[in-house]
Amino acid sequence: MPDTQPNLAKPATAPTAPTAAATAPTEQITIRVQDFNAWYGAYHALHNITLNIPSQRVTSLIGPSGCGKSTFLRWINRMNDLVPNARADGVMQLDQDDVLDRAFDVVELRRRVGMVFQKPNPFPKSIYENIAFGPRLHKRFHHSDLDALVEQSLRAAAIWDEVKDRLHNSALGLSGGQQQRLCIARAIAVGPEVLLMDEPCSALDPRSTASVEALIRELRQTFTIVVVTHNMQQAARVSDLTAFFFEGKLVEAGPTDGMFTNPKNKQTEDYVTGRFG
Amino acid sequence: MSGISLRTKRILKNRAFLALCLFSTSATILILALLLMSIMVQGSHFLFSSEALSAVFGHGELSQVTKIIRWEFLSNFASRFPEKAGIYAAVIGSLWVCVICALLALPLGIGTAIYLEEFAPKNRWTALIDFNIRNLAGVPSIVYGILGLTAFTRMFGLFGSDKNSALSFGPDNAWWHIQLPFGQGLLAGGLTLMLVVLPIVIISSREALRAVPSSLRQASLAIGATPWQTASKITLPAAIPSILTGAILAMSRAMGEAAPLLVLGIPVFIANTPDNLNDNFTVLPFQIFNWAGRPQESFHQLAASAIVVLLVVLVCFNGVAVYLRQKLRKPLA
Repeated sequence: MPDTQPNLAKPATAPTAPTAAATAPTEQITIRVQDFNAWYGAYHALHNITLNIPSQRVTSLIGPSGCGKSTFLRWINRMNDLVPNARADGVMQLDQDDVLDRAFDVVELRRRVGMVFQKPNPFPKSIYENIAFGPRLHKRFHHSDLDALVEQSLRAAAIWDEVKDRLHNSALGLSGGQQQRLCIARAIAVGPEVLLMDEPCSALDPRSTASVEALIRELRQTFTIVVVTHNMQQAARVSDLTAFFFEGKLVEAGPTDGMFTNPKNKQTEDYVTGRFG
Repeated sequence: MSGISLRTKRILKNRAFLALCLFSTSATILILALLLMSIMVQGSHFLFSSEALSAVFGHGELSQVTKIIRWEFLSNFASRFPEKAGIYAAVIGSLWVCVICALLALPLGIGTAIYLEEFAPKNRWTALIDFNIRNLAGVPSIVYGILGLTAFTRMFGLFGSDKNSALSFGPDNAWWHIQLPFGQGLLAGGLTLMLVVLPIVIISSREALRAVPSSLRQASLAIGATPWQTASKITLPAAIPSILTGAILAMSRAMGEAAPLLVLGIPVFIANTPDNLNDNFTVLPFQIFNWAGRPQESFHQLAASAIVVLLVVLVCFNGVAVYLRQKLRKPLA
């Protein structure tokens, strides 16, 4: 892939402005973002974002509505391709692959980068069929293994015990929190490296929220997780790293503890202490 | 202090409005009931056996009635003697033409709907197509008859005349025997009716697809499904019950059309059922139109009887549509 070669050199030479890789220097980076800009038509939604998202950590994106955090998330798996006049430039790499390269197969990208939406959106099919849908598309199993894969995914999403007796019932019969964990299991089933979560708990009640948050902390051992959230307590509870977006710019990024107790930036401090937003 | 309190006024107004609504509803139902009654009374002579009729209206014994429906009406061909006339050819013709119309219009219409709803870019070009389809749905069916006459019956005169056709495929006795131009044959009728129902099928299918929440499409795409996999495995299965309901209603429209076929010049008297796709045929609405236009009272009664049969068929169609809507439609989110 000749296109990606020049990009490889960039991160090393470019100034490492506010990056999230403020933890141990040996930290492995899964998603590398450098001077990333995004537009909707003429509207410049994201300005020069530079952010490294480390492997097997939870990174939360916070900021007031319209700050661009969801736009950022939706570029990582190119869901913004669905928006007619959305475009972006700069560097966004998943491992060594250039995500923004038009030639890069979005099907493969989305297999590697799973997504969980704000509102649980299980297919109007059985629980089993919901999980089996992805693996069947990607032929990611030997026939006898599909049952095992479904069980494994449901176990990983901490919902197996609740649904094992009704795998062939409609997924729409589950509660909101169960549906959301089912959606997480569905994303896991295709074997992604990264899970993107767009306000995964904002449509859930407090108990379901607690169960999904516990799951996110659990999944960090296996996946690189990026969570967009409006809820700062949630960011503090689940994430290792936090990135604060404001008006399309990345204001500050770093370990979550530091961000909430000792923010370097005044805007960040105002936001996390609830003075605006 | 006024004579009537504000509260009483409010209650009176409310009651008056309710009475008005009740009146309009019952007037509609009453007119419909009268219509059905008069058709039933007029048509009963040829629909029911004489013994059944005399048991109900005359002096016969109800217990001695062995045969209620006069099946000859359904199994006889048309005739110039009202007592011998039946609608066999028209029923068979209607079924043939309806099946042909469905086989042509449903794949085309549903395919168009899927393309426009799931794949087509939203630009000025597709907006124009959309606008035109909506307008076509409102075009009087007789206009499609003229198009059918030119395009299918005569084929713009490109292949000679109906009697002296330039091209034919298949042996004469095979059901799939086709010759060009189509003349007044089944294919010409089916294609013309396809023109009539195509906009309806497209619009109802698009609405069915649009009713599928976009969150399901997003979920499918986000898991790495291609747009085609998303349409075929998620969107279409979710929309199928509504699409089928719309398709059946469109077919019942095709079943009831006489005007476009009238323009094609299909014959009204036919002494045999169609053997192949090019064979002459007639349909129920056209048979009714013809009988109703004759001066003798007996033929008016025949027309009423045929109307009853047509209504029964259409009620069955709509019944299936309602059943599908109730039974197959599952919640989607």
